[in-house]
Amino acid sequence: MISADIQTVLPEILLSLYAMGALMAAVYTIKDGAAALLTWVTAGVFVLLAVWIGINGSGTTQAFGGMFVDDAFARFSKIIILISAAIVLLMSEGYMARRDLLRFEYPLLVALAVVGMMVMVSAGDLMALYMGLELQSLSLYVVASLRRDSAKSTEAGLKYFVLGALSSGLLLYGASLTYGFAGTTLFSGIIDALQKDVSLGLLFGLVFLLAGFAFKVSAAPFHMWTPDVYEGSPTPVTAFFATAPKVAAMALFARVVHDAFGGIVGEWQQIVAFLAVVSMFLGAIAAIGQRDIKRLMAYSSIAHMGFALMGLAAGTALGVQAMLIYMAIYVTMNIGTFALILSMEKDGRPVTDIQALQSYSKRDPLMALVMLVMMFSLAGVPPMLGFFGKFYVLRAAYEAGLGWLAVAGVIASVIGAFYYLRIVYYVYFGADKDGTDARPTPILWTAAVVTALIVALAWLPGINLFGIEPVAAAAAETLVN
Amino acid sequence: MGNLLSLTTFIPLLGAAILAIFLRGDDEAAQRNAKWVALVVTGATFLVSLFIWFGFDPSNTGFQFVEERPWLLGLQYKMGVDGISVLFVMLTTFLMPLVIAACWDVKTRVKEYMIAFLILETLMLGVFMALDLVLFYLFFEAGLIPMFLIIGIWGGKDRIYASFKFFLYTFLGSVLMLVAMVAMFTDAGTTDIPALMNHDFGSETFSLLGIQIIGGAQTLMWIAFFASFAVKMPMWPVHTWLPDAHVQAPTAGSVVLAAILLKMGGYGFLRFSLPMFPVGSEVMGPLVLWLSAIAIVYTSLVALVQQDMKKLIAYSSVAHMGYVTMGIFAVNQQGIDGAIFQMISHGFISGALFLCVGVIYDRMHTREIDAYGGLVNRMPAYALIFMFFTMANVGLPGTSGFIGEFLTLMGIFQVNTWIAVIATTGVILSAAYALWLYRRVVMGDLIKESLKTISDMTTRERAIFAPLVFMTLLLGVYPAPVLDTIGPSVQALIGQYDIATAAFESATQVASN
Repeated sequence: MISADIQTVLPEILLSLYAMGALMAAVYTIKDGAAALLTWVTAGVFVLLAVWIGINGSGTTQAFGGMFVDDAFARFSKIIILISAAIVLLMSEGYMARRDLLRFEYPLLVALAVVGMMVMVSAGDLMALYMGLELQSLSLYVVASLRRDSAKSTEAGLKYFVLGALSSGLLLYGASLTYGFAGTTLFSGIIDALQKDVSLGLLFGLVFLLAGFAFKVSAAPFHMWTPDVYEGSPTPVTAFFATAPKVAAMALFARVVHDAFGGIVGEWQQIVAFLAVVSMFLGAIAAIGQRDIKRLMAYSSIAHMGFALMGLAAGTALGVQAMLIYMAIYVTMNIGTFALILSMEKDGRPVTDIQALQSYSKRDPLMALVMLVMMFSLAGVPPMLGFFGKFYVLRAAYEAGLGWLAVAGVIASVIGAFYYLRIVYYVYFGADKDGTDARPTPILWTAAVVTALIVALAWLPGINLFGIEPVAAAAAETLVN
Repeated sequence: MGNLLSLTTFIPLLGAAILAIFLRGDDEAAQRNAKWVALVVTGATFLVSLFIWFGFDPSNTGFQFVEERPWLLGLQYKMGVDGISVLFVMLTTFLMPLVIAACWDVKTRVKEYMIAFLILETLMLGVFMALDLVLFYLFFEAGLIPMFLIIGIWGGKDRIYASFKFFLYTFLGSVLMLVAMVAMFTDAGTTDIPALMNHDFGSETFSLLGIQIIGGAQTLMWIAFFASFAVKMPMWPVHTWLPDAHVQAPTAGSVVLAAILLKMGGYGFLRFSLPMFPVGSEVMGPLVLWLSAIAIVYTSLVALVQQDMKKLIAYSSVAHMGYVTMGIFAVNQQGIDGAIFQMISHGFISGALFLCVGVIYDRMHTREIDAYGGLVNRMPAYALIFMFFTMANVGLPGTSGFIGEFLTLMGIFQVNTWIAVIATTGVILSAAYALWLYRRVVMGDLIKESLKTISDMTTRERAIFAPLVFMTLLLGVYPAPVLDTIGPSVQALIGQYDIATAAFESATQVASN
């Protein structure tokens, strides 16, 4: 019995063992000397696990009495999380090494955070959920303040920690209410309890749980930590925050609302739709005033989470499918954009002011073109991939009868287009200035060019988003039935 | 030749890729190579498109040269042309080599400039050939990107303001259309344009936020599409982006904008609004007619007082597009024939007028009307050509401008005499502003010192104008090639429209009894 359970959670166990083993080994040997090696090995482990999960996984299995679920939805999310975490680790190596930040704890903390995310997306129980979430969050608090001698970085870590603790408190409060009224923490038990009677206490629990998740996906009005944390953390860490944890939190959000509260779609639909519309507009409007590209990307991610939540608000399998595809596209775009941001340097120091991009196209036409592709994609202008992500969620929302949300979404995307266009404007027709001088390292160059090619061309008939569509559909099917 | 349409569409893109990958450096030789490659590619595109023109069977009202392959999400990659779209395809491929030739004197970032135009040509051709809603939207919107860059990088002094206004204005119009497309997809279960034309979208009157919506879903979708096409056209009062964009765009950009991009709006009305939402068109049609009438008179008056030549021609374009929308929503054979004819002929004439401005702008670097006067003394050939296109713009019989205006007026007269009367005053006003412009720029004595050394048109410039003069005259005296091509398709469109609106009217009568 127990061996079957362990079989199901084997990827998580192996990754935890690797992280702890490597931590021990490095502490007692060469410490930071092993950092570069560990970064590569950790990324390699991520990729191997992703391949293993992709090839080996099939069907739906439960472990530990339903506390842990391994299904197509979890596998889809885990693969995106692992691959994006691996790419971000590889991209950060050069940057961290040049700034003397490459400590051996960094890749291992990322590995532990990834374990937490994998538990989150597989959670079948509020306890497992909380455990995964906290493992992830605690690791992230530490990496946010990785640059210990910088006030901004420590401030970012502290802010993230305090607000994160608050949201965890909200979430726990919701979980305890839910437990009190449903009599169980198992998702399958909650959904059964809801079939008998939708009590006010359970609805309160739902609201607090959703508030906690909204904090984790940085949806407005629970977004306040995002710009400061994005700005203060070292850029590679920001790139990491913008990708894998967002996918995990969004998948967790979908898992809970469908697996535990799937019977009362009407009750949470309004809340999620509200979060979506506020996030889209806040992200679009607040970013206009930003001059720091990391803060700008923070608001951009808030707006994008709004769109992903729009898919979720549909409350249908199509909606979950749209959300998964949206997140996959979002992660691709962010990897490309952060590859460019990581290579913005002046005299060996990182610059994040968007003014530094002025007339970038004259200095490096290829990277400027990548930037153009990314910005138009983030704005959702066809033929870039970002448009297809928006099209999926719009369709899901409209089919679920949320036409007003679709209209609000497209209007927000026009407002948001303004600040993406402004970056294109700096890059292509800004004044002649010498804002940045560095050339991207080979890894960053490859990441930027490959993601740009994907973003610009993956929609072509014959490529069809690399066949992600039916896979996402199958994943959504297992969640919504 | 199963892939003729895709071939035509993607030759320019291929050319752009060749330029981007193989052409290095920015010295004079590289610039020359870039221009020649672009010219050869657009020329080849035109030659290939001739196969479409000669292979096209006008008596067939369906779509021809159709190609189809599955795509994402149940969408499909589907291309095809009918009697209406084939003309716009030909207009595009015909004008693009001339546009490339017209930017021969550009000195900054020549390679990128050529790439932008080649990509733009692919996207424009795609718009006119796409037979799938989302594919159409993709080409329609993607065209904003190269145009944004063309205005922004190679434009005039206020280019940044103009490029942002151009992009955001048209983007806002289009996203509402996207929502309507999603709604259509949900309702009909397909994005295939021919299938949607035969699909009956709901026209039950319902109330939304306390407002009675006559024509129901059709009217709402019609409004969403209208938001996009009216901005693109552009119609009064959402035309304000056009004068800014025209004034700031480089000459070649203005030509493409006026001659081809504006036609996407009119094409959209004919391809989507009329056949798919006949009831919506019937309900909202009178509004469009009155807006068109206002546009014709108002923008003509505004054109009269302009100090900037490009701005004047831009306002004249808005007025001429007023005839087009008026003709389309008159929904009879003469009106729609005239509207399409007007669009084609305006493509030649307004393109040529912007080129005329470009010729003297290249020499004097100003577009102020006051800076000129008496050019006929030094530039006789220029005076002749400018005169010819001024007359065509006014609608002199014998030029293509006359036929379009006359047919649309004839179409509208059968529907609403008052609008016909108002619109006809526009013909007089257009004569006023166009001839006055001509008098101030070309006629009189050459007294300005700066103009004393101005030189007449070069052979290259004359060669660019020759085909435009030829087409304007040909269509003016022998309009049959255009009218015969569109005739059957337009007839089929009107037939379907009449059946649908008659059914709606009898249904509403039953309901009110």
